[in-house]
Amino acid sequence: MHPTDFTLRGALDALNEGIISSVELTQAHLDAIGKLNPRLNAYITVTGEQALAQAKASDNRRADGGAGPLEGVPLAIKDLFCTAGTRTTAGSKILGNFVPPYESTVSGNLLRDGAVFLGKANLDEFAMGSSNGTSAFGPVENPWSRRNDPDTRLVPGGSSGGSAAAVAARLALGATATDTGGSIRQPAAFCGIAGIKPTYGRCSRFGVVAFASSLDQAGPVARTVEDCAILLKSMSGFDPKDSTSADVPVPDFAAACARGVKGLRIGIPKEYRLDGMPAEIGALWQQGMDWLRAQGAELVDISLPHTKHALPTYYVVAPAEASSNLARYDGVRYGLRQTAADSDLRDLYERTRAAGFGDEVKRRIMIGTYVLSAGYYDAYYLKAQKVRALIRRDFDEAWQKCDAILTPATPSAAFGMDEKQDDPVAMYLNDVFTVTANLAGLPGLAVPAGLSAEGLPLGLQVLGRAFDEETVFAVGTALEHAANFTALPGLRASA
Amino acid sequence: MSLDSATIRRIASLARIRLEEADVGRMQNELNGILGWIEQLQAVNTDGVEPMAGGAPRGEPAMRQRPDAVTDGGQPDQVLANAPDRAHDYFAVPKVVE
Repeated sequence: MHPTDFTLRGALDALNEGIISSVELTQAHLDAIGKLNPRLNAYITVTGEQALAQAKASDNRRADGGAGPLEGVPLAIKDLFCTAGTRTTAGSKILGNFVPPYESTVSGNLLRDGAVFLGKANLDEFAMGSSNGTSAFGPVENPWSRRNDPDTRLVPGGSSGGSAAAVAARLALGATATDTGGSIRQPAAFCGIAGIKPTYGRCSRFGVVAFASSLDQAGPVARTVEDCAILLKSMSGFDPKDSTSADVPVPDFAAACARGVKGLRIGIPKEYRLDGMPAEIGALWQQGMDWLRAQGAELVDISLPHTKHALPTYYVVAPAEASSNLARYDGVRYGLRQTAADSDLRDLYERTRAAGFGDEVKRRIMIGTYVLSAGYYDAYYLKAQKVRALIRRDFDEAWQKCDAILTPATPSAAFGMDEKQDDPVAMYLNDVFTVTANLAGLPGLAVPAGLSAEGLPLGLQVLGRAFDEETVFAVGTALEHAANFTALPGLRASA
Repeated sequence: MSLDSATIRRIASLARIRLEEADVGRMQNELNGILGWIEQLQAVNTDGVEPMAGGAPRGEPAMRQRPDAVTDGGQPDQVLANAPDRAHDYFAVPKVVE
């Protein structure tokens, strides 16, 4: 077996049994990155020397009997997490040279538990996008391709496109990602892997470059549901440095994977059956229902009546918060500075931000600035916050009738790199099934469940109650077992 | 409701993003496309609904106040390490006061 083909759980077992060392495992991944990253562009920065040093230290700890829960496991870190001493770009020119002097809490938790960092994964600029096409460091290619059209290069989804492509192509055993409107789940679905956005507050946001603070959550992507559970346990936990971090116990998520679904009530929201939804998405959803029923779950029809307002709500709330968060990029304290010969301070700000931000980021800052401006705040921002409360209320009522909710993860399979790039609203519709969980603050898991007619991966999504990721993992594992998703992307390390 | 070009220039100015005259029309079209789509929210009945301002409904879990105490500091070189320009232990900017 090629070392890059281990699951994360399998690699931990192999390390424990002495079948492989972390140095060997890490070197195999670095070799794979050397071979495939020039084409996939999944990593912005590869930290090979540091990774091998970490792996060596990890092997020593293991030999000394001090192995942590992730001891020696090579991971990719989305380039939105600050890593001390390693450039952190957020996929933006404006942070192109930024080297943080501190570590994000989530990446620090992974290091504490023994993980090895291979490098920083590509992403849409400031995590704003659904195709990884807005990165200032170039697009990421999906390692999958269409059966009858293998030359058309496909997007990996976004914003965590580099994380998902790296894991799918066997360039990492798992990766950190973040999700503001679907940025973990949509790329996971497009790349045929699993990914969970946990409950708001589960993972600390400290040291994660902020996009929309009331929606942003960190989470893992990996090739199995259990691997996600293992990573999430390490990433989670109360952090006094984030005032919205939840001071609640972190359960053993991996143990919950094996609970099964017998007796669970699974909600099927009628509003997620969209007009014009491709037949194969509807068929996959039905298949997921049949799988869960066959394993002893009860299906319940539910209604989430404000679903159709979720995306427009998101596109008020997220840009508003982004316009505020991104005000800090001013060319003074860090990052790019752009001036003309006679620039005053205001001109410095304006030239720096014009040169440093890409088009999508500028659009969202402009929308956010407008909806927060005097005279429009109530009509847009306050209104959106009220609709957001109604979306959350829909879920609160649904939980009276069900324990988890099953939906498709995305309205289509991965699309071509040249498609959907001209119409911002068409791009936004990618998140139609995922964005509600961010607005309501709930956990959502994407699981690979089947292939499209074109041979591309399709995912199902499981939503759960706040801080009940355990049920979500149990349902996700049941789907994973039934789906038995063994298809592999054409571009991968051991191919 | 549709934004005119003067409003586009004003928003860019508020956002401190230099907008070239040649780009005003394109930005105007894109923002009007997005705002036209957002407009549908006005049709939702939100009478008596308390706005949800954070990532969780109020008090779930409760936000905390931390002690107002110094927890870090005394490292000007780290703070200034990424500055595009510095003078002594300060961030440097073009002259603001004549």
